[in-house]
Amino acid sequence: MSLPAVAALRSRLEALGSTVTSAIWRLGFASRFLGYLVLHSGTALRRFQLTMTEIYFAGVLSLIIILVSGLFVGMVLALQGYQTLQRYGASESLGVLVALSLVRELGPVVAGLLFASRAGSAITAEIGLMKATEQISAMEMMAVDPIARVVAPRFWGGVISMPLLAALFSGMGVFGGYLIGVQLIGVDAGAFWSQMQAAVDVREDIMNGVIKSVVFGIAVTWIAVFEGYDAVPTAEGVSRATTRTVVTSSLAILALDFILTALMFTGGNAR
Amino acid sequence: MRQSPIVEIDRISFGYDAARPVLRGVSVSIPRGSVVGIMGQSGCGKTTLLRIIAAAYLPTAGRATVLGRPTSELDRDGLYAMRRKMGMLFQFGALFTDLSVYENVAFPLREHARLPDELLRDLVMLKLQAVGLRGAAELMPTELSGGMARRVALARSIALDPQLILYDEPFTGLDPISFGVIVRLIRSLNDSLGATSVIVTHDVQEALGVVDYVYFMAAGRVIAQGRPEEVRKSDEPFVNQFVNGRPDGPVPFHYPAPEYGADLELAAA
Repeated sequence: MSLPAVAALRSRLEALGSTVTSAIWRLGFASRFLGYLVLHSGTALRRFQLTMTEIYFAGVLSLIIILVSGLFVGMVLALQGYQTLQRYGASESLGVLVALSLVRELGPVVAGLLFASRAGSAITAEIGLMKATEQISAMEMMAVDPIARVVAPRFWGGVISMPLLAALFSGMGVFGGYLIGVQLIGVDAGAFWSQMQAAVDVREDIMNGVIKSVVFGIAVTWIAVFEGYDAVPTAEGVSRATTRTVVTSSLAILALDFILTALMFTGGNAR
Repeated sequence: MRQSPIVEIDRISFGYDAARPVLRGVSVSIPRGSVVGIMGQSGCGKTTLLRIIAAAYLPTAGRATVLGRPTSELDRDGLYAMRRKMGMLFQFGALFTDLSVYENVAFPLREHARLPDELLRDLVMLKLQAVGLRGAAELMPTELSGGMARRVALARSIALDPQLILYDEPFTGLDPISFGVIVRLIRSLNDSLGATSVIVTHDVQEALGVVDYVYFMAAGRVIAQGRPEEVRKSDEPFVNQFVNGRPDGPVPFHYPAPEYGADLELAAA
């Protein structure tokens, strides 16, 4: 190989190496940040009012988008599901299809994605702006640990809100499925509900869905608070951090969902 | 016996990265009860020096002793214990935008002491009265002018009755009246609280009217120091240019550039 070609290859390898090492470094930094945050959560849990306020901002204010989306997702599931099921004369299993799809997958995943864009981005922007306007430094100068006082309540607020939002999303979705399936299309209401009741298992389906939503809640809120705290303290820096929160947490939800589904619903669950 | 200084900075050096030192062998001594100014151009390292005093950064060489303890020996608890005796006024106030004026001033008190609501209210109103804003207690920071926000931030920084008050560019962007108010408050609060104040600023004339002693910094070093009247008469070229606001001098008007004629390609014509 000629000398310039070797040099070009080398610089490409160097760039690749530095990208990988900086990504690993950042992951390590974020993990240490999470460890510190959890260890210094005393204030957020002792003065629970602080966390309650954040549950309001992350959870209650996300209700409209979660409930409306849940309703529509459930209605679409019923429409699409009915089309397929009726071909096999199994339209009475519509309730099972809607409920299992929502509880196992769509509830946690779609609620997680909506939560990342609605609440995650807001958390990042708020913490980032507090940093840019020196509010975080001011707190440190007052001998108040900003991670304990600002970050931890937001983290726990998000972690608590997310499973509740996912549950409401699924509940609303089932209601949407009922509206379309039973009220509009005319599937038998008794069959719709009784088959659902018989097929949805508390431990296998609902608990696994809850575990997923808890994991997504931790992932999204961790990414959101970390990106906010680590944001470059300028307008551009905060905007980039907010974008990164939405992109990274959406990808994290999808990747974690695949891993969790592979662990939960294969092998031992051949029903 | 002479009291030891409240801040003793002894030949410190510091850089955000190894290649670019920001402070080089700086020594500053701040006696108790005084108002001391640290002045210089933007980028001369004065704000960094203030952050070293606040123990936000540790010097890479030399020793910073603040409130009787070297900052390099402080653990997290020691650092926070020291900062409870310190107040800092940030350049633009850094008020918590989600809290009212009252809650901003109450913030450090709520975080560090469990006080009955009535006592807390009395203390907050006392501090707001000191800066003349008792009537603005229920306003939100977005409803305040720049000067008022700075005064609220000042009330918040003295909430815990600090021994040492640090001011980071306290005059930036203020109208002449607000300016005068802040200048007067710095002096009166310092004297009434029995505190010590350090002001980092480039508003030289106004600051010289309030400080007891001043350090001039340029390119990361202390280049001159003295009482205000000594500084005004100084024949040190940089101090002379700075104090009198001359456009040209040791700090040149022109940023280094190629020859003007060559740049306009006059020689070729």
